[in-house]
Amino acid sequence: MEFLRPASWEEALAAKAEHPSAVPIAGGTDVMVEINFDHRRPEHLLDLNRIAELQEWEVAGDTVRLGASVPYTKIMEHLRAELPGLALASHTVASPQIRNRGGVGGNLGTASPAGDAHPALLAGGGEVEAVSVRGTRLIPIDDFYKGVKRNALEPDELIRAVHLKKATGPQQFSKVGTRNAMVIAVCAFGLALHPDARTVRTGIGSAAPTPIRATTAEEFLAAALDEAGLWESRGVLPPAVARQFADLVSGAANPIDDVRGTASYRRHALGVMARRTLGWTWEQYRGTEQDELDDRSKPCA
Amino acid sequence: MADTTSPRASSSVTRTPTSLTQGSTTKGGIGESTLRPDGILKVTGEFAYSSDLWHEDMLWGYTLRSTVAHAEIRSIDTSEALATSGVYAVLTYDDLPTEVKNYGLEIQDTPVLAHGKVRHHGEPVALVAADHPETARRAAAKIRIEYADLPVVTDEASATAPDAILVHEGRDDHHSGHVPHPNIVHRQPIVRGDADAAAARADVVVRGEYVFGMQDQAFLGPESGLAVPGEDGGVDLYVATQWLHSDLRQIAPVLGLPEKKVRMTLSGVGGAFGGREDLSMQIHACLLALRTGKPVKIVYNRFESFFGHVHRHPAKLWYEHGATRDGKLTHVKCRIVLDGGAYASASPAVVGNAASLSIGPYVVEDVAIEALALYTNNPPCGAMRGFGAVQACFAYEAQMDKVAAELGLDPVEFRQRNAMEQGTVMPTGQPVDSPAPVAELLRRVKSRPLPPERQWEVAGGAADVRALPGGLSNTTHGEGVVRGVGYAVGIKNVGFSEGFDDYSTARVRMEVINGEAVATVHTAMAEVGQGGVTVHAQIARTELGVTQVTIHPADTQVGSAGSTSASRQTYMTGGAVRNTCEAVREKVLEIGRRKFGTYHPAWATAELLLEGGKVVTDGGEALAGIAEVLEDEAVDLELEFRHRPTQAFDLRTGQGNGHVQYSFAAHRAVVEVDTELGLVKVVELACAQDVGKALNPLSVVGQIQGGTTQGLGVAVMEEIVVDPVTAKVRNPSFTDYLIPTILDTPTIPVDVLELADEHAPYGLRGIGEAPTLSSTPAVLAAIRNATGLELNKTPIRPEHLTGS
Repeated sequence: MEFLRPASWEEALAAKAEHPSAVPIAGGTDVMVEINFDHRRPEHLLDLNRIAELQEWEVAGDTVRLGASVPYTKIMEHLRAELPGLALASHTVASPQIRNRGGVGGNLGTASPAGDAHPALLAGGGEVEAVSVRGTRLIPIDDFYKGVKRNALEPDELIRAVHLKKATGPQQFSKVGTRNAMVIAVCAFGLALHPDARTVRTGIGSAAPTPIRATTAEEFLAAALDEAGLWESRGVLPPAVARQFADLVSGAANPIDDVRGTASYRRHALGVMARRTLGWTWEQYRGTEQDELDDRSKPCA
Repeated sequence: MADTTSPRASSSVTRTPTSLTQGSTTKGGIGESTLRPDGILKVTGEFAYSSDLWHEDMLWGYTLRSTVAHAEIRSIDTSEALATSGVYAVLTYDDLPTEVKNYGLEIQDTPVLAHGKVRHHGEPVALVAADHPETARRAAAKIRIEYADLPVVTDEASATAPDAILVHEGRDDHHSGHVPHPNIVHRQPIVRGDADAAAARADVVVRGEYVFGMQDQAFLGPESGLAVPGEDGGVDLYVATQWLHSDLRQIAPVLGLPEKKVRMTLSGVGGAFGGREDLSMQIHACLLALRTGKPVKIVYNRFESFFGHVHRHPAKLWYEHGATRDGKLTHVKCRIVLDGGAYASASPAVVGNAASLSIGPYVVEDVAIEALALYTNNPPCGAMRGFGAVQACFAYEAQMDKVAAELGLDPVEFRQRNAMEQGTVMPTGQPVDSPAPVAELLRRVKSRPLPPERQWEVAGGAADVRALPGGLSNTTHGEGVVRGVGYAVGIKNVGFSEGFDDYSTARVRMEVINGEAVATVHTAMAEVGQGGVTVHAQIARTELGVTQVTIHPADTQVGSAGSTSASRQTYMTGGAVRNTCEAVREKVLEIGRRKFGTYHPAWATAELLLEGGKVVTDGGEALAGIAEVLEDEAVDLELEFRHRPTQAFDLRTGQGNGHVQYSFAAHRAVVEVDTELGLVKVVELACAQDVGKALNPLSVVGQIQGGTTQGLGVAVMEEIVVDPVTAKVRNPSFTDYLIPTILDTPTIPVDVLELADEHAPYGLRGIGEAPTLSSTPAVLAAIRNATGLELNKTPIRPEHLTGS
């Protein structure tokens, strides 16, 4: 195995072009596990740790450009207002040590359905900045996940950053595991209200071959909110609407039985999480003026 | 020098604590919470574990393991592996040097390397030594093994079917004659009174079937060690283990070496919990070292560790309890089927424990009990903290709650009405002849104030998710959360039982260095984290009146200390240290009398003690400094210490004084259950335990909290999942074998009782295991209380609570 250590982003792109099968490694929290367990032995490892700009983020206008290697700890500490759903998801990633090393780029590169960031990314909406020596393209997050641990990257492309919409409404993230910390998701759910667009977006993790959105549930809820004028009135959400939304989220999943849980439990749990997170986000929306939203979408811990 | 007779042992065993031991003014003696010498090193990551061993010239050993659970080995081709650059040796069964090719704790049924057949997933088949671990691993991957699959037996039905394939053919071990089927390792019935007749008197009869999952010891430091070939043709083995001399007894014959040429030294042990009682890499590393003439290190990674040691027996248990309307148990019938997996390991002794402790700490005159362990093609199971008593406690405590509910009695009140006490006769016919404060322990946990309701609420009505089921996974802010409270109490034996000659050896040297009397304590006790090294120094200070005590590294240059298991080390090797210290003290006083006896009549007439570096009378008068007495003389003694003998259980009736001592703990669990998602937060797990005498109170509390947490783990998350069709392990990693994190660990208030057992050194009671017993059923009871569900299986999984 050859260990490539580019000193700059340009060198990294050149190396990836020369060795398209090279596996990029940043925090190493996923790749090193694979290597330690001998699940894969790539010819080349492409170390991205010398490239400082991958660890940076910038907030401009209505988007956050989040470097691929910004560790989850930084997201929790600095981007809670802009990316509340992703910050909540970051809280659930492994242990403090791993959160100090791992970043969203790794979750996207691995594209495991169990990656904790995915439901929040899908719900929040955004684009993946994929770069190669041929140029840069922005892949909508909705088009990024292609199959079990497969993504839309070309072999010569590296993830530079993700471009995420700043939250315009409350966001929530909820994950079921069989322990109270440091656990791989049995299933997970992300929800974001987008009052500016009068839309709702969702993300489901660990309950289908890829992370997915529950689009039927989203459309139903957006329509129900519109019809009742609830975006404007900020009125109470009818329980029947929440129940229907939960059922549709549950139905959107395509889970399996495995050592972590059963398919039927996953469907059930997704319904519960959908109903609860909708309740939390909607109550927050009701109780909040638009400009206050930034401060309020914090977890209590 | 090595005086292995023990003339004083019998008197000192039964001696009750005296002013000599309890009133000592020497600092750092027993009863103080002196700090452990390895504590800070371990917390800061500087402690040297066996996996840190290093030799300039060493090779790395690697073990190739079976990928299937049960198969004939048609052929093994090692040629390509041997031809790999950097490879020094590849060994299979055919390379074993002597006729001894098996090992085992009690039954020598475990092949050092598989011969013609593999019997479980992960069984060692071949060994490689290479100059780099990666080279060894790659070379091993080039070994071609042709397997022909055999049918697997995985449970009682498949193991004892008339046409069942035999896991071990041609058994001739000492249990083979009395078991009803060759796929049963050992079976122990216990019959006392007439359970059928008593059942007729019962106003209520409650039956239940219970399933206990396979728990892993999950010690932090994977199996590892270093074997260094010696110039004399022998080998020096540095290893993390639980019992050096038991390893030695099994290793030497396979190597064809006399025991004195296999020199073992304990290396840094990262926990054990029973998982290091069986051999793992010991013989393998020695074989490779002797073959290559080079030091060989073997370190398992976590994945391999799951295959490298035995686990806790999974069990199926059937119970029938009867009681009269006034809340008195009439009888208990039970049947406990333990899955021992492919090799016997400690299964026979686990069966003995499960049977003899199967009804719990209760008075029941009429019982019909049966416990057995199966041979199957599942992973081998053996010793783990609690050792057969854990599975039984989970079931009998569930039954006690059911009977109480049936009678409309409070579950604690019902237990107290039936609680055993000193003088109660066990189902084995053995009277309990030391304090058994079962009712009092229950009273103590029950009388503790409950943690406040809705303890997750913080100012402003928000929720602290860390205090809720799901924790930071943010699954509830209080929705669906219901509190439950549950109780349990258990009984565990201490020490090796059933007639085993259980002894410990201690060598103690006293001499003067730089004008100060100092002591050195040398034992072969495996310090696996239990704190024995701390306690040995405390005992030596107490008995010898010195400040400086050196604990010699544990090795086989001194007699056996027995196993660091069965809650026995403080009792046994602690007892041996005290015993030897007393003999050393006598020698010192003899020297003193010889030198100074004529100067003061007290030398002849008073009871003399060693305190604060001086010989003092029991009246407190100092007669001489110990340094003055000893001058350049050293007193150096090595003595064995035994607990009182026990008896085997009768094979038909189970009668016999089989146990040395009993240990009792009770728990109250308070849980919050998210009833919609099936997630559990254990909020508090209060424990009360009788420890006889706390030699180091801080360590005692640590042991109780650790045992409690291990019991919690198997209640709500810990299970090795074995595929019922292939008998392969599905979750051999910490990704999917979950153990409690600090966020899963509740507040554990501990109430320590010290009711002396007059038969034991200092009156102490072995403490390490009892808290692991009652913790699990208390948590289960609390979850039942919250959900109203029956819950007959542990660990609980979310889908068990949601019904989905």
